[in-house]
Amino acid sequence: MNRGISWPALWLGIIGFGILYVPVTVMVIYSFNSSRLVSVWAGFSTKWYGELLENDAVLEALGKSLWVAVNAATLSTVFGVLIALAFVRLGNFRFRLLLSALASMPLVMPEVVTGLSLLLLFIAMEGLLGWPAGRGIDTIIIAHTTFGMCFAAVVVQSRLRDFDMSIEEAAADLGARQPYIFFSITLPVIAPAVIAAWLLAFTLSFDDLVIASFVSGPGSSTLPIVVFSKVRLGVTPEINALATIMILLVAASVVIASAIIYRNSAGRKAAAATGGSGHES
Amino acid sequence: MAAVRHFLTRHGRRLVVWLPLLWLVVFFALPLVEVAQTSFTEPRRGIPPFAPLWGFGEDGFFTNFNLENYGLLVEYSQDYLRPAGNSVRLAFFSTLICLVFAYPMAWWIARSSPSHRAILLVLVMLPFWTSSLLRIYALIGLLNTNGFINSMLLQLGLIEAPIRMMQTDFSIYMGMLLTYLPLMILPLYAVMIRLDDDLLDAAADLGASRVEVFRTIVLPLTVPGIIAGSLLVFIPAVGEFVIPALLGGPEQVMIGKVLWTEFFRNRDWPVASAIAMLLLAILALPIIYARYQDGRETALDRAEDAGRGGAA
Amino acid sequence: MTGSPFIRISNVTRRFGDVVAVDDLSLDIDKGELFCLLGASGCGKTTLLRMLAGFESVDSGSIEIDGIDMSRVPPATRPVNIMFQNYALFPHMTVDSNIAYGLKRAGLPRAEIESRVTELLRLVRLSGMGGRKPHQLSGGQRQRVALARALARRPKLLLLDEPLAALDKKLREDTQFELVDIQERLETTFIVVTHDQEEAMTLASRIGVMDAGKLVQVDSPRMLYDRPKNSFIADFLGTVSFLEGKVKSAKGGMLQIDGPIPVTAVDPGGFAAGDDVRMAIRPEKISLSRESGGGVNEVKVTVEDMAFTGVASNYRVAGPGGVLLKLTQPNMRRGEPALEWEETGYAAFDPADVVLLRD
Repeated sequence: MNRGISWPALWLGIIGFGILYVPVTVMVIYSFNSSRLVSVWAGFSTKWYGELLENDAVLEALGKSLWVAVNAATLSTVFGVLIALAFVRLGNFRFRLLLSALASMPLVMPEVVTGLSLLLLFIAMEGLLGWPAGRGIDTIIIAHTTFGMCFAAVVVQSRLRDFDMSIEEAAADLGARQPYIFFSITLPVIAPAVIAAWLLAFTLSFDDLVIASFVSGPGSSTLPIVVFSKVRLGVTPEINALATIMILLVAASVVIASAIIYRNSAGRKAAAATGGSGHES
Repeated sequence: MAAVRHFLTRHGRRLVVWLPLLWLVVFFALPLVEVAQTSFTEPRRGIPPFAPLWGFGEDGFFTNFNLENYGLLVEYSQDYLRPAGNSVRLAFFSTLICLVFAYPMAWWIARSSPSHRAILLVLVMLPFWTSSLLRIYALIGLLNTNGFINSMLLQLGLIEAPIRMMQTDFSIYMGMLLTYLPLMILPLYAVMIRLDDDLLDAAADLGASRVEVFRTIVLPLTVPGIIAGSLLVFIPAVGEFVIPALLGGPEQVMIGKVLWTEFFRNRDWPVASAIAMLLLAILALPIIYARYQDGRETALDRAEDAGRGGAA
Repeated sequence: MTGSPFIRISNVTRRFGDVVAVDDLSLDIDKGELFCLLGASGCGKTTLLRMLAGFESVDSGSIEIDGIDMSRVPPATRPVNIMFQNYALFPHMTVDSNIAYGLKRAGLPRAEIESRVTELLRLVRLSGMGGRKPHQLSGGQRQRVALARALARRPKLLLLDEPLAALDKKLREDTQFELVDIQERLETTFIVVTHDQEEAMTLASRIGVMDAGKLVQVDSPRMLYDRPKNSFIADFLGTVSFLEGKVKSAKGGMLQIDGPIPVTAVDPGGFAAGDDVRMAIRPEKISLSRESGGGVNEVKVTVEDMAFTGVASNYRVAGPGGVLLKLTQPNMRRGEPALEWEETGYAAFDPADVVLLRD
């Protein structure tokens, strides 16, 4: 066990990766099956993709999901950065304990509870204030932002903790003040973490089924809601096609992003010691 | 613009705290209060389909406070408390199974060369970034009576009749694994990557066998990762809805699905609220424990940060 | 220097919880000086530096720069700039942008900023590197960017935190002279913080030695070396041999001191018969030879340890009464071969070279 791993562990690992990938791989393959049935391979066909593109309900839901996710991700990131700043930079501020509890609980709360609770709140608010008027896109965005910011905060916080404060001090020494220092120095340097936080919040929003089901209204069905209602009726090849597209899109983005990050960090490692190692001139 | 900047300079600190704080109080804490309130009222026709907890009517102050919903939970324990127990059982064993698979996977990744490690991490993160709904859907296609596995086995002549894999405990565990494995791997990996190789060599040098090295060195040092990953899986798994809804049968009723059914099918929001409170009660201890662990970690982080800081 | 000093630090104290980092410290620094704060880690020198820059508050006392009290002035508006130990270059900006940052904050017009940056790059010998980013530079080059950036705003006072710590020996030597050169050309007041006494002695016109938050002695390098105020200073700078004794008599400008070996020392005044005294002698002031010369302050010794360092040989020799002397001899070619391990010889020193300490 010193370096390398033992055989049984390796097998468990392989099976583990298998469990993660076999179902999806099979589904991708069968999305090109011209037959409806999984039991029969009737030849390669892209007809289900064609049918998918004709399906207005699905396309409309896709659009709504994208709109919600972009908005929720952006709001989540902004609030998440604020939360991270508060915890890493502001020391023992008033209500620190409260904010800490409120910002960490959504991470583990069961979705049915948060969904139900938010719906009840929206109804109560509507009764009391007249807003929000009915449930729809806006309420979904609010709901997604609420848990999204907590995830975003975690991502940004860890980067912020490793942040070298001396460059901010240097900026102050050279005549800059907050918030200029934040926007000209801090933010650009933590940008990769902020982007990662945005992507995480985007994904969580885009994939959310349970909470959206509770807080959506008539005519504001997101893609997961549509997919879920279809899926309950059974496996359909159209959904296979949709799932394949989405999974391949995500896969491509993740691989590209990882490649960029990997290449970047190779260059950054040279820059890591801004103090220099002192072996050159 | 200068006015904005001036405002931000003066009130920046306060804004940083109060903006998210207010949002979370209004949209996270308050809703939970609403749930509690609703759990004490009764269902009623109309919109919303429940009676207000209190209010001012023609005769002055009135309240609809009652404990009927909770009474129902106990009276029909088969329909409510049993699924709750079931959820805890299924979540517990799912966590264990995830751990069994995630531990060697995380170890493998942590022990790989940096370039291999990058690829393996991407492979682990990829499922995490794709919709869990779609992954579970893919699993259905695999486990169905007329699904891929059965078709293959039938065609190969290994079985004569399709095996029932859907709507069993097995399908639930598969679904949980599929959904939560990445979440268990990451905290484990984070702890393992910090493990100093030299410690293992030192133990071996002092006479420990491979098993002993694992038992006395690796396992104890990875406990924080085990705890973190387990909480990250167990707590949401108890309240899971999609997995029992799509993969489970009448034997695998879980409390999340019960809540959903009460809400959407029976339109009994007060009972649904009571179930939510039950769920919160079950999870209160694990959640508090998770917060406590979180707090310990940040204290350690801060001590580390302080130690790293320069001397005079 | 006429009038009040350029930088006046008066009774400054800073506490962190129970720890007193800077303890009632007072110091005057003249305009155009290259002053060095020297001390071991934990002595408070970095805290003092940060107080001058404005990053630490002053618990009590005051800091005045060019006659203006700095207590309510934030770092951004002080006429002080600091060159950080780890350089703290902005990783996402080019060298040009790094250096220009302070000038932009000062609101200078673009053309002027550009010409300042070019001028500074020339000053630190980095012309043409303006478009590079920090991670594309070597350690020595980054250091020069950090210096240029800190000089851009023409501060009245430049603070340098261990400026040469990250450089290797050869580079350090070259950079030391460059720093002094730049300082003399610009006539800016420099305060350098360091734990390296060789660095301090090379760079500074005056050195302030700190220990446990206090200033122990402020003097020129030569005075600190030849006339240390106490054992701490004597031991801190360079190598020294200590001898203990009691004054036997004072006559004719000389003191006779009894101890493990009898010592004759020039009387600096203030010592009387019966006083306990500690004596410090620098290694280059002690001679070593095979034959006895027959003068005062000579003792028969055995070579315990010897190290050849090219230019010189460092010896540890033991004499009677547990006396241990450290001495250095330049390796000139002489008639007799140099002494080796376990050989005996005679160590001697001049009465004028004995420094008398009271602690």
